Amino acid sequence: MAMILELALQGAQMLLVVAIAPLVLGVTRKVKARLLARIGPPVIQPYRDIWKLMHKEAVFAHNASWLYRGAPYCIFAVTWVAAALIPTYATGLLFSWSADLIAIVALLGTARFALALAGMDVGTAFGGLGASREMMIASLAEPAMLLIVFTVALVAGTTQLSAIASLFATGSQGLRVSLGLAVFALMFVGIAENARIPIDNPATHLELTMVHEAMVLEYSGRHLAMIEFAAALKLVLYFSLIACLFVPFGMAAGQKTAAALALGLAVWLAKIFALAALLPVGETSVAKMRVFRYPVFLGGAFAAGALAVFLLFVSRGY
Amino acid sequence: MHSLTFDVAHLLAGTMLVLSFLLLYQDRVTAVLNVFALQACTLALSVAWQSVAQNAPHLIVTAMVALAVKGFFIPAALHRIVRRLEIHREIEQVLGGGPTMLTGLGLVALSILLVQPVGEGAGIIVREDLAFALAIVLLGMLMMITRRNAVTQIVGFMSLENGLILAATGAKGMPLVVEFSVAFSILIAFIVFGVFVFRIRERFDTVDVSALDSFRGERTEHT
Amino acid sequence: MAVVVGLCCVAAFFAVALLALVRGPFGTAFVYGACGAIALAGLAVGARALADGATSAITLPIGLALLGGHFRIDALSAFFLVVVNLGGAVTSLYALGYGRHEAAPLRVLPFYPAFLAAMNLVVMADDAFVFLLSWELMSLVSWAIVLAHHREPANLRAAYIYLVMASFGTLALLLCFGLLAGAEGGYAFDAMRAAHPAAFAVELAVILALIGAGSKAGVVPLHVWLPLAHPAAPSHVSALLSGVMTKVGIYGFVRIVFDLVGAPAPWNGLVVLVLGGVTATLGVLYALMQHDLKRLLAYHTVENIGIIFIGLGLALAFRSNGMALAAALALTAALFHVLNHSLFKSLLFFGAGAVLAATGERDMERLGGLIHRMPHTAVVFLIGCAAISALPPLNGFVSEWLTFQAILVSPLLPQWGLKLTVPAVGALLALSAALAAACFVKAFGVTFLGRPRTAAAARAGEVDRFSRAAMFVLAALCVLAGVLPGFVIDALAPVAQQFAGGVMPKQSIQPWLSIVPIGESRSSYNGLIIFAFMIASGTLTAFAVHRFATRATRRSAIWDCGFPLDAPQTQYTASSFAMPIRRVFGSVVFGVHERVDMPPPGATRAGHFAVRVIDPAWRWGYGPLARGVAAAALRLNQLQFLTIRRYLTLVFCALIILLIVVAAWR
Repeated sequence: MAMILELALQGAQMLLVVAIAPLVLGVTRKVKARLLARIGPPVIQPYRDIWKLMHKEAVFAHNASWLYRGAPYCIFAVTWVAAALIPTYATGLLFSWSADLIAIVALLGTARFALALAGMDVGTAFGGLGASREMMIASLAEPAMLLIVFTVALVAGTTQLSAIASLFATGSQGLRVSLGLAVFALMFVGIAENARIPIDNPATHLELTMVHEAMVLEYSGRHLAMIEFAAALKLVLYFSLIACLFVPFGMAAGQKTAAALALGLAVWLAKIFALAALLPVGETSVAKMRVFRYPVFLGGAFAAGALAVFLLFVSRGY
Repeated sequence: MHSLTFDVAHLLAGTMLVLSFLLLYQDRVTAVLNVFALQACTLALSVAWQSVAQNAPHLIVTAMVALAVKGFFIPAALHRIVRRLEIHREIEQVLGGGPTMLTGLGLVALSILLVQPVGEGAGIIVREDLAFALAIVLLGMLMMITRRNAVTQIVGFMSLENGLILAATGAKGMPLVVEFSVAFSILIAFIVFGVFVFRIRERFDTVDVSALDSFRGERTEHT
Repeated sequence: MAVVVGLCCVAAFFAVALLALVRGPFGTAFVYGACGAIALAGLAVGARALADGATSAITLPIGLALLGGHFRIDALSAFFLVVVNLGGAVTSLYALGYGRHEAAPLRVLPFYPAFLAAMNLVVMADDAFVFLLSWELMSLVSWAIVLAHHREPANLRAAYIYLVMASFGTLALLLCFGLLAGAEGGYAFDAMRAAHPAAFAVELAVILALIGAGSKAGVVPLHVWLPLAHPAAPSHVSALLSGVMTKVGIYGFVRIVFDLVGAPAPWNGLVVLVLGGVTATLGVLYALMQHDLKRLLAYHTVENIGIIFIGLGLALAFRSNGMALAAALALTAALFHVLNHSLFKSLLFFGAGAVLAATGERDMERLGGLIHRMPHTAVVFLIGCAAISALPPLNGFVSEWLTFQAILVSPLLPQWGLKLTVPAVGALLALSAALAAACFVKAFGVTFLGRPRTAAAARAGEVDRFSRAAMFVLAALCVLAGVLPGFVIDALAPVAQQFAGGVMPKQSIQPWLSIVPIGESRSSYNGLIIFAFMIASGTLTAFAVHRFATRATRRSAIWDCGFPLDAPQTQYTASSFAMPIRRVFGSVVFGVHERVDMPPPGATRAGHFAVRVIDPAWRWGYGPLARGVAAAALRLNQLQFLTIRRYLTLVFCALIILLIVVAAWR
């Protein structure tokens, strides 16, 4: 009986992230539009977009291969698995120990690998452009991500997300500059990975400014719906990660009573929507960077992560 | 061990180190001056906190001096100089951004490595303050040698000095701290004047102030 | 006894080599088939010895007079026997199909079994003489195979450099064994284990082992022969050179530094660690600059050797500080990566060989669209690319995850130099993993995806079933090792116990078959569950799309933003794919210089794009060294032309100097 309950909670988390992802995207777009003095689309527009795309015919090039047709399923499935394994409203769920922070980052790497290959499949210049830029951004963001993981693991003594969330929720680690630097670095890395301004413009139609859009240029119909959905899931994943690592208060831990779960759910939704509203504030205050300024941006994230690690060594007197 | 005193001191010193890095990162003169002003304010806060924690009221004077002179007067003066003399707003760098940053990280690691065996008996607060201060000094020097602009060299020197004051106030009971900080501020003021004079001489070929009158255009000459 | 059976396998290999010299009934099929069977027997021996955890040794009256040759199989030898013979068996299977393309089979056939025999002998050697003899035999025989296509001048140069580097490596190893044998001259490994040389001799021995074994493995800056020699050999032997012989180099290093040397100081671990990190990063950056498929794979081997050395360096550092569990973790991670690399690098070289056999091209810029023409090869090559890019749920990810876990334990080390260096090396490891993914997106994307760039690529056909079978076996092993890594870790437990002094928790009893490197509360990973999750969510997605979306599909021309250009030259090439990374990282490391020569408007000549990449190892290391040696040789050439009186003076001066030395010594 307890096993059924655990399974149900884990399954509910999986369904929750999928259900909420387009709404988060809609909120982000709405806030951005309002900041730009527009009215903007309704917040449920992404659901309608996905529904519309699913009912459109999928058009392929003559030389598109099985990889092109199968990649959207792979990308969506892998991103969903990664998003479902981050603690949302409760820690210590049934399969939370099967993937730690490093494994989740690597799962996102798998999705990116599939996407880049799909971009190169048809053999256009845009696909190659998007794929090569995406791999460069990934190679710049990975060292910064590792240093963030290192910082958090040094403070918490583990890389298991549930354990980190439980530990940080007790507030015993105190006020730490290193964690502040780590959250900055994670935000920069998140912006780079999710293809937001200043790294990439998710609403652009200019080829020279595309990274993510260039890779999916040839997709249409249900495949494009899956890829768009996967991008929204990735955004929710990063918000969830920031919430779990740096503001893990309010999660249901230990005994999972209905009240604790409801509280955990409400708190999580509040955190995600707060971050979703914060993102456009940052996006509208800077301009998109030139491609060869990305190393400066991500190098800043790397320096913040490295400083965080060094400060930890100094302060704890390891 | 993790008392509030320690945490806040750690926070402020760490913020100063981060600001030193940010100084290395900027490529416009006005941004450099603003970040420096912020660093001086953080220094003032840190010194004020140390005076409360160590029960040393004379450190408040140092904090006031730092805030007034380096947080307000000198950045304002330098802003005016930059505007008036039309000094290059863009900073040329000797090394690229990447290598400079990596060198900066290496210097921080070196400072930590150096300070570790020194303070073995002295307790963790002193060791940590020394490591941060040494890192800020080294980063200030790095800034001086990798930037081709006179104003940024002055700012580098001043941030180096901020590091020294941080070290001095961190060590309990260092004598003549207030006197040192005032003396350093006067030194800085004279350096700024020197640069000012040099630029005037470069621009107008003379430092005779009356000669400036001849450039005034619409005003007529009068004895 | 295991070692007796192992030596019989070696003897069988030599017999097959001799028979291959005779033509007639002992052709390609016989040689490769026999080698495959013998390798399988060797694999069984190794696996059994590893499972038993027992040591068997024997002394044969061969070799040096009155001293004999010692042979032993312990846990480490057993593991490397498994690696070597698995590689040998699968390569033989592959070569049953691929070997038919060989134009001059007698240049390869007799040497191939001898190569396998020599590698097995190195792993089973228990004294310095047998070890060095087998090592040299291995180098010589592989040199002969590298020279198989000797008509091309590039291959001649590659073979020459390979020979020089191999000799240099053997010299370093000879000096190392000399130091370890000490004044008594006990050259058997048992004697070396019992002897306790002075501290400085120990340090020097470690450095010499690093140079000697490291040059065989491919550590920067001793790697220069690797990307020249590995592509020059036929593809199945390239797989053996990259996937297996480099591992024998690693075996040599582990045997000397972890077993024969007593207790090296912690700073040795630091040196190995830093060297590993630098090797990994430089290797993958070199690989990204290449557009020859086999050279790319060879440079990538350098990167993986770097990752293995990072694990070994960590194991050394932990062991010298007495942290047995952490040392076991690091050593297991390094050895797991040894196994993984031999699996997926062989797979990738087989794929490259298949592409070469089908199209006659090695240059990626002349391939493309092969996924339609060679579907099976494309699938297994994709699995190999995903495995080497350390993507879950495959095996590359597991060994990298274990290495990262070992890095995360490093703050417990007392030495500050180590404490501050390990995060930096960790960042380099993450960087090289991400760059490896980029490299293999490029390799697979440009070779197999897109549209064919030449007629040869458009006409390609699928390769024979032996090659495909070999590749499928390796791909299946990659997936298995990724999904069930606990069994591999448990199999490595005897090795960790013997050389690191501790064992990791037993993995096969963990709930749901996850792996727990240190403790349940610290971190865990479950490849099986992740794999199951992926399958489940993929199926669920497909089902939902089936149910709720329309199934309508239409084929049409490429959209390309409304400017469909049919010419395949409008696709991205290998060098254009690597351009962002080349600009960001290459300008600092390699002095990359791109030159674009565009004709003025109206002129009808073609534009020209040239990339110049300078290899720092050649420019700052080997170039000046070679010039220095040549200059010194030129000077010393004067000694050929002296008069008789001058020669007599030389002899006289030498005599006087020696007499002075004797007088001063007294």
